[in-house]
Amino acid sequence: MEEDGRKNAVIEFADFSFQYFSQAEPTLHGIDLKIYEGEKVLIVGPSGSGKSTIGHCLNGLIPFSYHGNVEGSLKICGKETREMNIFELSKRVGTVLQDADGQFIGLTVGEDIAFALENDLVKQDEMKETVQKVADMVDMGTLLKSSPFELSGGQKQRVAFAGVLVDDVDILLFDEPLANLDPATGKTAIDLIDRVWREYRKTVVIIEHRLEDVLYRDVDRIVLVNDGRIVADMTPDQMMAADILGKYGIREPLYVTALKYAGVKVEEAHRAGRLITLDIPAVQDAVLKWNSEAEERSAGEKKPAILSAEHLYFQYTKKRKILQDINFEIPEGEMVSIVGTNGAGKSTLAKVICGFVNEDEGKLLYCGEDMKGQTIKERSRIISYVMQNPNQMICKPMIYDEVALGLRLNGVPEEEIEKRVEKALKICGLAPFKKWPISALSFGQKKRVTIASMLVMNPKILILDEPTAGQDYHHYTEIMEFLKSLNESGVTILMITHDMHLMLEYTTHAIVICDGKKIGDASAVEILTNEEIADRANLKVTSLYELAKLVGIVEAQSFVQKFIDYERRNMRS
Amino acid sequence: MKAKLFDYIDRDNFIFNLSGLTKLFCFIFMTFSVMFSYDIRYILFVMIVSAIIFKASGLQFKQIKIMLIYVIIFLLLNFVLTFLFSPTYGTEIYGTRHELFRITDFYVVTEEQLLYQITKTTKYASVVPLGMIFLLTTNPSEFAASLNRVGISYKASYALSLTLRYFPDMIRNYQDIALAQQSRGLDLSKKEKLGVRVKNTMNICIPLIFSTLDRIELISNAMDLRGFGKHKKRTWYVARPMKKGDWGAFVFGAAVLAGSLCLSIFVNGSRFWNPFV
Repeated sequence: MEEDGRKNAVIEFADFSFQYFSQAEPTLHGIDLKIYEGEKVLIVGPSGSGKSTIGHCLNGLIPFSYHGNVEGSLKICGKETREMNIFELSKRVGTVLQDADGQFIGLTVGEDIAFALENDLVKQDEMKETVQKVADMVDMGTLLKSSPFELSGGQKQRVAFAGVLVDDVDILLFDEPLANLDPATGKTAIDLIDRVWREYRKTVVIIEHRLEDVLYRDVDRIVLVNDGRIVADMTPDQMMAADILGKYGIREPLYVTALKYAGVKVEEAHRAGRLITLDIPAVQDAVLKWNSEAEERSAGEKKPAILSAEHLYFQYTKKRKILQDINFEIPEGEMVSIVGTNGAGKSTLAKVICGFVNEDEGKLLYCGEDMKGQTIKERSRIISYVMQNPNQMICKPMIYDEVALGLRLNGVPEEEIEKRVEKALKICGLAPFKKWPISALSFGQKKRVTIASMLVMNPKILILDEPTAGQDYHHYTEIMEFLKSLNESGVTILMITHDMHLMLEYTTHAIVICDGKKIGDASAVEILTNEEIADRANLKVTSLYELAKLVGIVEAQSFVQKFIDYERRNMRS
Repeated sequence: MKAKLFDYIDRDNFIFNLSGLTKLFCFIFMTFSVMFSYDIRYILFVMIVSAIIFKASGLQFKQIKIMLIYVIIFLLLNFVLTFLFSPTYGTEIYGTRHELFRITDFYVVTEEQLLYQITKTTKYASVVPLGMIFLLTTNPSEFAASLNRVGISYKASYALSLTLRYFPDMIRNYQDIALAQQSRGLDLSKKEKLGVRVKNTMNICIPLIFSTLDRIELISNAMDLRGFGKHKKRTWYVARPMKKGDWGAFVFGAAVLAGSLCLSIFVNGSRFWNPFV
């Protein structure tokens, strides 16, 4: 490569392969990759592509915690990693793991940041000084005494970030930094990474599949991984022009998709890597022309409400009001997203609907009938709730038994159980696995098992908490298309989500909750093009809307609607 | 909320600001002093002291209410059972017999027996608040630091403090899972037979175990990546140096223990206080 002359490679994979002892096939095959000092590199790839394995090789979890067979060479700062141990590596590569909550080790912010220093036998006074300095770097300097319960997801991530910065590492590795963050917080996280990268001249490696969100700030290169091999290694501008992301199950930025629908052949010179750098004059005409020709689908007629809330209030204690005066109407057969910041009251609303907790005031009506006094069990005949983490729900070792559990508990005869279980497994695409143990399934498949185990109960309303969290684009599409087909068969679906793509593409109706109050209740397109609501609810205005404004479309909202309709008609039918 | 049962909430007062090591020693000293002595006067003295400490620590009564109820039930049970199984143990110890009244020929209530049983009950009753004060006023990490300082390996100390920390999380997790399972028709209420309820509780424990295992893998990776276990020793961010107050408390704890020992050896001549002779 031409850069070889002017910069040092700090990470050098040479014909590197890795196979987990527990697996029959190697996870990485002949990886050749150089990352130079001070570069910012994004590694993308679908689930199971081996991108996380690359991360584990960099920070030493492979082979220290996950054992396997290593071939070829991986040098970090010129030193072969197999000759180093995880502690030596951790002085060079600082890792921020995906789950900011789970990696919070200390009892307070200060203690957590100090963790690496404690293990290095740093004296207490010196430790306190360093902790203060590093905490200031990530704007957490005033919160050193806070406990993790008092922090938001974004703040926890900052703490995790500071925890690796104390070591003054050369390389920062971020493993899916956006996975659990709402859109606005994700944006701040990317900003912070960018700031540290620029000011402290670190080498940054980000592993993430939410490409558009990472590209909110500059990235030098994107490395695309598939099936344990590197299939592309180019600048963002080249990557957009190469048009290969979709083929490997990575979602390209929405504005790039819009350009393609408008018939623009994206070239490197368009600089489509980021919306800010996009050459607007070169694409303007095509987009305007598409906008004037595309049709907007008219809204269908409204069905009667299956679930509605009237002046709903709920609080755990007198001081903390969780839900205040919530009103909504959900028509039968609709697919609705419930969005808002962490702790806004979305999950509590779901709990009130399921009867896990009882409302203090107001009414909750099912088909116009007050549900007051109905127990969890009674409501469970109509409403099913699927938790975010399937591991929190699955309690039987075999798939069939897990799905049958609810029916057995309700005393349904065994012959009928078999019929209903088979039907549910078939709908969820799990029929071939009927006799399998759960442990053989992937995360996404487990998720479908939990949905199947709810479907057998024939619910009228299905509530899902973050149905697509941690799924790549391929599995995301699979789950969402599946939910859509369920929805078309008549089940009303409510989803608690952070995912704006999901809102935009799949839900006709979005309810926005902020600090326990409803601040928005309209179509997803209207919500995601309303800057005020997006701002208050920690959402982000969609890049489609921004594109529309940049090219000079006055009715930007209708452009977004046209895009969604076009995609539905042409791409997924 | 139940999850708050063992939550450590930081406060700024004399008791909270003592080092974990001091508190550990004071706890051991005072516990030992009441365990050793059967002199109800001394035990009551320690009990009053622990009540004062509780007050001074600013802890809320509701924080220990549930625990206290369990303890009282246990003590009552213990009181009744002691009498049922050995109604004359008191007279054997004190060597005299002052009958109050007879229930049957075997069950005779004597002053000696009453004194013995009340003494025993107050012993337990005074230890429990001490333990609760210790648990609730000691920052788990600082406790680990203290244990490490008295020679226990830091890995073991840290494991203990992590357990204390994640206990409230586990309770929260359990409640979530229980609700989700109930919505599938799992009945945990008293309407169901005990055997079925036990079986149903098992259905909650399995997902609890699996999600806890996930969590453990994550936390141990996070700890490895930040160099836990690199050296034979480690320093502690939260460790508190011994201050004047610590030495004061230390001396006080030791004095309480010494008082108990002296009272037994020099005044009573045995572990029992015998007013009947």
